[in-house]
Amino acid sequence: MTDNHWLEAALAQALTKPLTHLVNLEQPLDFNSYVHAGGYMGATKALREFTPKEVLALVSDSGLKGRGGAGFPTGMKWSCVPALQEKPPAHVNTEQGNSYLICNGDEMEPGTFKDRYLLEGVPHQLIEAMIIASYTISANKAFIFLRGEYHVAAQRLQQAIDEAYENNWLGAKVQGTDYQLDLYLHTSAGRYICGEETALINALEGKRAIPRAKPPFPQVSGLFGKPTVVNNVETLSNLPHILKHGSEWFKALSPHSDPGTKIYAACGQVKNPGLWELPMGVTIRELLYDHAGGMQDGLQLKGLLPGGASTDFLTAEHLDTPMDFDSIAKAGSRLGTGGLIVLGDQHCPVAMVLNLLSFFAQESCGWCTPCRDGTAWAVEILTRIEAGSGTDADLSQLDELCDFMWLGKTHCALAPGAVEPLKSAMRYFKTDFEQHIEQGCCSYKKVAQNQLGASYE
Amino acid sequence: MQNSNSGCSSSQIIPSEMLTDEDIDFRQYLSSAEITAIEHDVAVMGNSEAAGIEALKVVQEHRGWISDDSLLAIAQCLNISSAQLEGVATFYNLIYRQQVGHYVIHLCDSISCHLTGYEDILHTIKAHLGIGYGQTTTDGEFTLLSNACLGNCDKSPAMMINKKHYHSLTAESVIAIINGLKQNVEQEL
Ligand SMILES: Cc1cc2nc3c(=O)[nH]c(=O)nc-3n(C[C@H](O)[C@H](O)[C@H](O)COP(=O)(O)O)c2cc1C
Ligand code: SF4
Ligand code: FES
Repeated sequence: MTDNHWLEAALAQALTKPLTHLVNLEQPLDFNSYVHAGGYMGATKALREFTPKEVLALVSDSGLKGRGGAGFPTGMKWSCVPALQEKPPAHVNTEQGNSYLICNGDEMEPGTFKDRYLLEGVPHQLIEAMIIASYTISANKAFIFLRGEYHVAAQRLQQAIDEAYENNWLGAKVQGTDYQLDLYLHTSAGRYICGEETALINALEGKRAIPRAKPPFPQVSGLFGKPTVVNNVETLSNLPHILKHGSEWFKALSPHSDPGTKIYAACGQVKNPGLWELPMGVTIRELLYDHAGGMQDGLQLKGLLPGGASTDFLTAEHLDTPMDFDSIAKAGSRLGTGGLIVLGDQHCPVAMVLNLLSFFAQESCGWCTPCRDGTAWAVEILTRIEAGSGTDADLSQLDELCDFMWLGKTHCALAPGAVEPLKSAMRYFKTDFEQHIEQGCCSYKKVAQNQLGASYE
Repeated sequence: MQNSNSGCSSSQIIPSEMLTDEDIDFRQYLSSAEITAIEHDVAVMGNSEAAGIEALKVVQEHRGWISDDSLLAIAQCLNISSAQLEGVATFYNLIYRQQVGHYVIHLCDSISCHLTGYEDILHTIKAHLGIGYGQTTTDGEFTLLSNACLGNCDKSPAMMINKKHYHSLTAESVIAIINGLKQNVEQEL
């Protein structure tokens, strides 16, 4: 039995923190407790009171945008599934149930840990959400694609799936309707590129996870050539609540143009790293100082990535920017996954960028030359600069690489994602790059050595 | 789904009369538990190729890593080419194509762990166990590998050993964790 006080406190936040009010990391709610807390009401409503097209209209009206990084409107994505269009293209088979839903639970973007919180803390919410989404796009098979390292989440999700089957929320004739849905958990074998939706589909088909060319988009031709919708864990988790409380409620959650709440996070050199579900559009300042407790003692803010490793740096001048898709874009970065990665003034920004680019070089799938070679070259050059043997020519070469790896020149968005922190760092921290070259060393390391009073290796 | 290559039991896929004398039947190499688990995934995906990654994970779960023999056995079992399966096996970093130790330490080297000093943890592990990345201790107990962000960034530095995650690491705690695991092994013996 769930502790009553816990449940009371949780339910008091149901309307303001819909995504996380039922999160319990110690012991997530089992089926009965989840139902007791109001769970599966959204799915009941969808199946009993709405046609798939009505759910689609509701979700489109809510203005929900994807939380996987790109911020694509969810209703619009779903409406591209041929069966949901008034007149699907002639070559597309629109038989009911001829499509798939995939939940993207790969979460490998460095500095991002929000999906894990939902997966481990309230697995039934995701399953309920996937029932709603699958019903809407007429899918009879759905998959959760989970990164291999999330062992606790895997075990809890499988248990919740089993319970959903036992209670007729999955399988044939869901809740006595004619609708059938099978839901499977697939655990990945690693690699960041699996998070890219078309690479993910290849991984699920048992292939190397190389992204596919688009078009055709997965909504038209995805898993095994069938219409497929890929949505992020957090995106999907909004659905039960939109069904339950309506699209007007969802829009009213945020005073900004982007509706709903968002699970924001902060990590790096802050005092209290963590996660907070807040109305969409809190300012960076609020997030950093009110929630994350500000910088670690003795540090000043040097810069931050607002939404994971593949977003552009912002600096103290941007602190009052609201964390919504449009405002962050206007400030020159991307909301991405909504997690701040915070850099203090006593850590070398060149070393930080070197770490980021090493990640992208390692995780490049190797399919296209600008990315495969470009990320590796960037690492080599940054290593040289950080070690104090860089030249001015290295800086212009980095500029060129940023151009070679930019949007439209590579097969997928991994390489442009690598360019974002690199290019913005070279702009905001230009003097740091130049000093490394002029002084032939990293002055941050010198400071560290002096402070330690010993040689650093 | 009716699919002629969607099964995996030893008689179903390659009829034995098609095997020549020189052919080794690698499928015998797999245990019945492994075959059952692989067949389950073939049924779920409705397609044997799609079960390849899961099959590699199943066998690795039983044997610790994927040897050449295991790879050939799985390929034969799924009736896909071993070269194709090798291409898959080498792509994914959680499939080990070399023998690893009893405990595989996956140390996160991504950005939050970088900003909170994972390098110190790396030096500590290297010094304590006398191995670098990609190496295994001579007693076969520990292998050290790097890992991309483990999703523990609010409690960095972080690492994963076998299926367990450890976070908020310090030089002291990481040594204590490793020594604790060493004792486990000694007690098992
Ligand atoms: C290299 C790369 C990695 C990605 N990794 C993830 C991921 O781990 N999780 C995720 O939800 N989306 C990831 N995405 C975005 C997906 O391709 C896709 O846009 C998203 O899953 C769509 O879901 P949404 O519409 O609900 O946001 C990644 C994209 C790229 C280019
Ligand atoms: S951009 Fe990089 S990750 Fe994307 S397809 Fe090209 S090589 Fe692969
Ligand atoms: S960066 Fe190490 S756990 Fe995320």
